[in-house]
Amino acid sequence: MSMARTGSLPPREHGAGIGTWISDVLWRHPAVLIVLLLLPPALWLGIIYLGSLFALLVQSFFSIDHFTGLIRYEFTLDTYAQLFRPSNFDIILRTVTMAICVSLASAAISFPIAYFAARYARGAWRAVFYLGIMMPLWSSYLVKIYAWKLILAKEGILTWALQGLHLEWLLDAFLALPVIGGNSLSVSTTGTFIVFVYVWLPFMVLPIQAALERVPTSMLEASGDLGARPGQTFRHVLLPLALPGVIAGSIFTFSLTLGDYIIPQIIGTSRLFIGQAVYQHQGIAGNIPLAAAFAVVPILIMGVYLWIAKRMGAFDAL
Amino acid sequence: MSAVTFDHVSRHFGAVKAVDGVNLDIAEGEFFAMLGPSGSGKTTCLRLIAGFERPTAGNIRIFGDPVQNLPPYKRNVNTVFQDYALFPHLNVIDNVAYGLMIAGQGKRQRHAAAEEALELVRLSGYGTRKPSELSGGQRQRVALARALVNKPRVLLLDEPLGALDLRLREQMQEELKSLQRQLRITFVFVTHDQGEALSMADRVAVFDHGQIIQTGTPEDIYFRPEVPFVADFVGSSNVLPEALVARLTGESRPASIRPERLKLAAEGALRARVTGLSFLGLATRVSLEAGDTRLTCLLPQDAARPAEGEEVALVWEPGDLHMMKAGA
Repeated sequence: MSMARTGSLPPREHGAGIGTWISDVLWRHPAVLIVLLLLPPALWLGIIYLGSLFALLVQSFFSIDHFTGLIRYEFTLDTYAQLFRPSNFDIILRTVTMAICVSLASAAISFPIAYFAARYARGAWRAVFYLGIMMPLWSSYLVKIYAWKLILAKEGILTWALQGLHLEWLLDAFLALPVIGGNSLSVSTTGTFIVFVYVWLPFMVLPIQAALERVPTSMLEASGDLGARPGQTFRHVLLPLALPGVIAGSIFTFSLTLGDYIIPQIIGTSRLFIGQAVYQHQGIAGNIPLAAAFAVVPILIMGVYLWIAKRMGAFDAL
Repeated sequence: MSAVTFDHVSRHFGAVKAVDGVNLDIAEGEFFAMLGPSGSGKTTCLRLIAGFERPTAGNIRIFGDPVQNLPPYKRNVNTVFQDYALFPHLNVIDNVAYGLMIAGQGKRQRHAAAEEALELVRLSGYGTRKPSELSGGQRQRVALARALVNKPRVLLLDEPLGALDLRLREQMQEELKSLQRQLRITFVFVTHDQGEALSMADRVAVFDHGQIIQTGTPEDIYFRPEVPFVADFVGSSNVLPEALVARLTGESRPASIRPERLKLAAEGALRARVTGLSFLGLATRVSLEAGDTRLTCLLPQDAARPAEGEEVALVWEPGDLHMMKAGA
């Protein structure tokens, strides 16, 4: 076999339309393409997103004139100082404690679900799993919360079920506890906690599942092979390797709990959470600087949280 | 004493008979290879010894003790995994010391032992690195050190050299062999590479379809295959079908002959046509067809080479034609 003709082929025939011209230019100057692709997200992120965040930050350094109710546009840390008043600081403490509890409980509940999905669910079971996890996200948040109110209310299905089992005394004993108890579950801190965990659970399950899927079975076998009992394998291999997923999930559950103002409004006590405080200060009281200062708190807490997580090596296995 | 004994061991996955009635007896201090094509059950056998699989029938003994009900963490065997399975979140020294940490040894003690094991695989000074910072060959050594540091009575190796390039593989073959002699640990080695099995093992078991087809020394397997499968799989021996052997010798049994033992001649009982020639450096490989039987012949460099399409006759020394079991 021999090559009859070498050398370049004649240029392919094509129309000299504007589309061709554009693709030629983009092919010759790839940097132009990259700029064009990045410009919209950069504008969005830079101006609309970070810009409004910055505006918020600026607001928090102003203060309100309590006499006239107008905003004084002068730099001051007074507004931040107000956060440390007992009435305001209580709100922060309550919200952070709730966010921590919700994140821990979500992680504990999610881990076995995610582990099952990552390791055992195949084919149709996998579809069922995704459907089960995602379906609550498709229905309205408000409807879900009111549904929970019906479940947890004094006349609700939970009380009814416990009555049927003659276990009402258990619920009553629990509701008699200080802080977490109350008149009924739907007006107790426990109720707020249950609904928070329920609503944010998918945000914890999915990242943990993704992290667990990346752990090869041989790694767990290797740990057992080297003498580790299942509990030890969990502690020394599985948990460290799943930690980035747990952290990623807890970023969602933690920050969403820190900022939410609807759930504690509908289910729980009359004691405020940060989100409600922001809502009231900017809406009812017109105290935008204090609302902004309150809004900065979750951002700061999340920053510190991520820093600690990084220091603990949570992202090493990424 | 036997290190590992299989007594009619089966491992079925539903209808799939991954391991089917295997009998095995591995002696203490032996370098034992399990050889076979993929899906032949050799890796499942290794996993049965390690405890990652449980037999559906039969008994497994390790140094005389029945182990089929023992989980992996209660067995005094360690495994070098095919993908090495190093823990990515731990550095090299903590990877190697993992077994000792689990056993409850103090940090200083286990790090000293791990350092010793790293020295054994010529990786001293690599302790603070992460597995991701190592080359494939280095990871392989870490996996080896991590298993050896626990002083197992049996070391299981699952295609440990599969991911390495040719030169590294040859070097590691020699190192593994000398390591085994030095430590006198029983090595059970799974591979699909017949060259690897023959060059390293004291004894080889050839697997096919979940069963052991033949067990023997590398010489047995290479020169005296009992069935055509072994002759074919171990180093591309020529397999002569029963009918052809009956015509040549009068005995109705299949036979095998090694390519390097076939010689070309002008006159002979077996005539064949040359279908291809390839230069291998040390020798020339000649592909031949005798009727519908394909044959290969290795000619030494100084021998005269036939032309493609030429009709030749094949001859051999009487002892070189190895008769196999009939009907297999």
